[in-house]
Amino acid sequence: MDNEPAFFETNGPGTGGIVGQPLDRVDGFAKVTGQAKYSAEYKLPGLTYGVLRTSEIARGKIQSIDTSVAAKEPGVLAILTHLNLPKLAKTPNDPDSKKAIGAPMGFLPLTSDQVHYAGQPVALVVADTYDRAVHAASLVKVNYAVEKPVVSFLDPKAQVFDPEKVQDGKTPGHTRRGNPQEAFAASPIQLTATYEHAINHHNPMEPGATTAVWEGPDRVTVYESTQGVTRTQKALSAMLGLPTEQVRVVTKYLGGGFGCKGSTWPHTILTVQAAKAVGRPVRLSLTRPQQFTSMGHREDQHQTLKLGATREGRLTALIHEKTSTTSPWDNYAEPNSRIINLLYNCPAFESTYQLGRANVMTSTFTRAPGEAPGSFAIECSMDDLAAQLGIDPLQIRLLNYADKDPTNGKPWSSKSLKQCYARGAELFGWSKRNPKNGATRQGRYLMGMGMATASYPVHNNQGTARIRLYADGHALVQTGATDLGTGTYTVMTQVAADSLGIAPDKVRFELGDTRLPTAPNSGGSVAAGTVSSSIYMAAQDVWQKLTKLAIQDKKSPLYRAKAADVVAEKGRLVLKTDKTKGEDFMALMKRADMPDIEGSGQGKYGAGYETGRAPGPADSGHEDDKGGHSMHSFGVHFCEVRVDPEVGTVRVTRWVSVHGAGRILNAKTARSQIIGGSIFGIGNALMEETFRDPNLARYTNASLGEYHIPVNADIPDMTVEFIDEHDPYINAMGVKGIGEISMVGVAAAVANAVFHATGKRIRSLPITPDKVMNSLAV
Amino acid sequence: MNNFSYTPAATAKEALGLRKDTKEAAFIAGGTTLLDLMKANVEAHPQLIDINQLPFKGIQETADGLRIGALERMSDVGENALVMQQYPVIAEALLLSASPQLRNMASIGGNLLQRTRCGYFRDPAFPCNKRNPGSGCPAQVGDNRNLAILGTSEACIATNPGDLAVALVALDAVVVLENAKGKQRRVPLLDFHLLPGTTPQRETILEPDELIVAVTVPAAAHARKSHYVKVRDRASYAFALVSAAVGLEVQGGQIRSARLALGGVGTKPWRALEAEKMLVGRAATEETFRTAAAAAVRGAQPREHNRFKVEMAQKTLVQALQELMAS
Repeated sequence: MDNEPAFFETNGPGTGGIVGQPLDRVDGFAKVTGQAKYSAEYKLPGLTYGVLRTSEIARGKIQSIDTSVAAKEPGVLAILTHLNLPKLAKTPNDPDSKKAIGAPMGFLPLTSDQVHYAGQPVALVVADTYDRAVHAASLVKVNYAVEKPVVSFLDPKAQVFDPEKVQDGKTPGHTRRGNPQEAFAASPIQLTATYEHAINHHNPMEPGATTAVWEGPDRVTVYESTQGVTRTQKALSAMLGLPTEQVRVVTKYLGGGFGCKGSTWPHTILTVQAAKAVGRPVRLSLTRPQQFTSMGHREDQHQTLKLGATREGRLTALIHEKTSTTSPWDNYAEPNSRIINLLYNCPAFESTYQLGRANVMTSTFTRAPGEAPGSFAIECSMDDLAAQLGIDPLQIRLLNYADKDPTNGKPWSSKSLKQCYARGAELFGWSKRNPKNGATRQGRYLMGMGMATASYPVHNNQGTARIRLYADGHALVQTGATDLGTGTYTVMTQVAADSLGIAPDKVRFELGDTRLPTAPNSGGSVAAGTVSSSIYMAAQDVWQKLTKLAIQDKKSPLYRAKAADVVAEKGRLVLKTDKTKGEDFMALMKRADMPDIEGSGQGKYGAGYETGRAPGPADSGHEDDKGGHSMHSFGVHFCEVRVDPEVGTVRVTRWVSVHGAGRILNAKTARSQIIGGSIFGIGNALMEETFRDPNLARYTNASLGEYHIPVNADIPDMTVEFIDEHDPYINAMGVKGIGEISMVGVAAAVANAVFHATGKRIRSLPITPDKVMNSLAV
Repeated sequence: MNNFSYTPAATAKEALGLRKDTKEAAFIAGGTTLLDLMKANVEAHPQLIDINQLPFKGIQETADGLRIGALERMSDVGENALVMQQYPVIAEALLLSASPQLRNMASIGGNLLQRTRCGYFRDPAFPCNKRNPGSGCPAQVGDNRNLAILGTSEACIATNPGDLAVALVALDAVVVLENAKGKQRRVPLLDFHLLPGTTPQRETILEPDELIVAVTVPAAAHARKSHYVKVRDRASYAFALVSAAVGLEVQGGQIRSARLALGGVGTKPWRALEAEKMLVGRAATEETFRTAAAAAVRGAQPREHNRFKVEMAQKTLVQALQELMAS
């Protein structure tokens, strides 16, 4: 290999221009015909069914647990409680083990008689049918010594503290750049605002689910609803004390994840232990109410942002404080400060995190963790600054445009935000916006236009892939990646097709199995770029091997050519200088009596690609700053709302998103992903809220009937475009990933549109009709 | 969910006989509420008696109005031409309810009996006086954003959910009941639902040995000129924060008769009789509407998170009346 890192070129050597095309989903037919098997759909011989019994109370002690009635029910095979859970080699209950496991929560239910949160599993019932297990679970009698729970960081009983680090040690509790306090004090314009965020739950359509089957006394296969089979394998092998290879994790299809399936939560290991206890495969699927207390959530939080600026509107200081609720064990807070520090050119910045422990399970990453709420604060405050100074909201952002990364002074690997602004404004008709707030009417409605900037980092990561290319022109491409439902199967088929110079229907792409080469967790928008790069690199490995074969083959037109003079182009190996001289791989392989050939490749994503330095194991993440460039995607959302000034209902009536996110692998799936993320954000902005009872610390609306997410009627036609970006620094495919950025800034764009419509600023999410109505009554 | 037996009944007599044998048995029509509650262990019945084969069908014009069989489905009634033309408030309320799938299943009789969406009632882990009398009502100081402000008690503030009953109560609908002896009685819908008082577990006057046969609605000018407005957290498939059913007879700009009811705010479908009186004989102006709306929420007892409903209910009522006048 050359020193210059390999980089994929559309229509360049070895490509057929399939990457980027709006190819239909290759798994679409399997999904709509029910052939796609999700993790709770494997019909294994002797399959049994596990059902969790969860705690009614939020805090206390299990005094006694009577399983005798339930155990006598027909078909009941086992009832696991804290008294009989098969012993584990490690549990996350101590911090060192938690780290080794990679567990999101420092407590495993059924290992103690203590109840720490409502919905905590207290028993797992296994029966020969699902219905019998459900019924038996309801017959388990638990007597608690009830204690008064701490409900949230706002509870006077909560101890609020300054953590050294948050987000499982990944983010410092305090960050400072420049002299923010002095700069703020000296600023002629000073804005201070507090933003409130309700608890949000991911609610993927497919709930968390595990099917565990022990293949022998020390060998287990787990069909798991997870965003990463490797991370699950690591967690399970650590807890079970088994060599990694003896734990196989399979996830062929996933019905959404949004972060809640990015870690291994208690129900998974409990199901594995249940299978061990009954000596048969066990399937456990969380119920919808259990989904609210089993796989984390976006935490309830307040943010206070102080913004200092000159009279011309240039930022001078940003001071950010976040206080949020965390569990009794962990210091989790999503890292809101990252985007506030990064988005605009500002010489001074400070961020502080505070946590309050309460009787809740540990919160976790939820789509655009940190960036989503952080962007709400900075993008609403920027809008306030624009309004206060009488500057157009888009103009205030251009005025503070960051030409280099303000956090470290590095140049951007690529940044097309100005083009995004311009194209988005054009598509949306931003120039028609009335500069005055509360002054645009349509019938009895108030109309408003708002916009907000989006950004998301290219996290450092890496993964591997394997290709077996057959002499008959087909290829098997494999990597242990996950398709969350967003199109990984499809885009990777396209990348493989172009990299090998064959048609997509000649490619069979397999993923979601720890027996395949290791790929990263599908989270943090790393999957598309990492996995595609690994496939591209594996194809290069195949071509190198074939080149070696050709130049040693007397019958090849490339006999005795120098390897460096040979290139692959559309399935042929040809001379760089004379592309008529060469042959296709099928002819070469058949002549050599070679039925197939294998290649493997490692794709590096982010800083590791630029530096060429191995960033460590796949999934290491969070060494994003090691390269010479700062790597981020950027974009903008434009939103129009219609507000009923009487009762305060808000409807989004128009939407435009434009993003610069490197190479787009599939125009159709990418558009769908941006639409999905924007709708996710509109839910966050207007309706999503889990309510925790202020005395009992139990959720009161843990169902999709009462926890509102947008329905079709809430969403208008959406316009999505991408700005072409060529970024050779980030990975071999030049891909940035779009899963997270699609949601960043969405809530602010909606809130800013409401502000424009009504002249009233609502800083509390979700922006429900009562809040809007009350704001207008003042 | 507990184990239960399932028995289809061919006649009302048979259904009521089965119920007499098994007191805790429940009748099932569409099942859209019942099965949810059973799955959540809120209700437990040893037997379900399927009444779908009973002859309680038909959407008919009678000598003095409309008769809807209790087993008619919400979607069929909502899309019925007679209902849409002569009783628009009923059709509008039905089509703003639930989702098409639910409306295709749910029956009119069952809809009148649907139980509250109060989160404390629907989760057996919570105390709830309605589900478990005497256990308490955490909603009073808890998640009461979408609970009632009218007709509440110290024992219960659960909102009567749904839209149909609000429209029907506005139009003086009558519920036709039949008992095991085949004897029928007619009860005004206004008296059908009970206030919670100290016995929130008792929600209607329906006796254990009775079935809802039909609902009748008198024809009237204020029924022909009627309208339903629903305010909710999302554009579709959500229970009302506040809703208003209104009907007016206006001649020469003067209101001859008025019918007003509110949803989402009462522990029962809330007819605003005092407010109606303030409309009759007055000019159909915004000012009149506002005065009436203020009367409609008089005596409201909001809690911490549902104070907004006092104002929202008035605005919704005024909006509904204005839209009706503009139509």
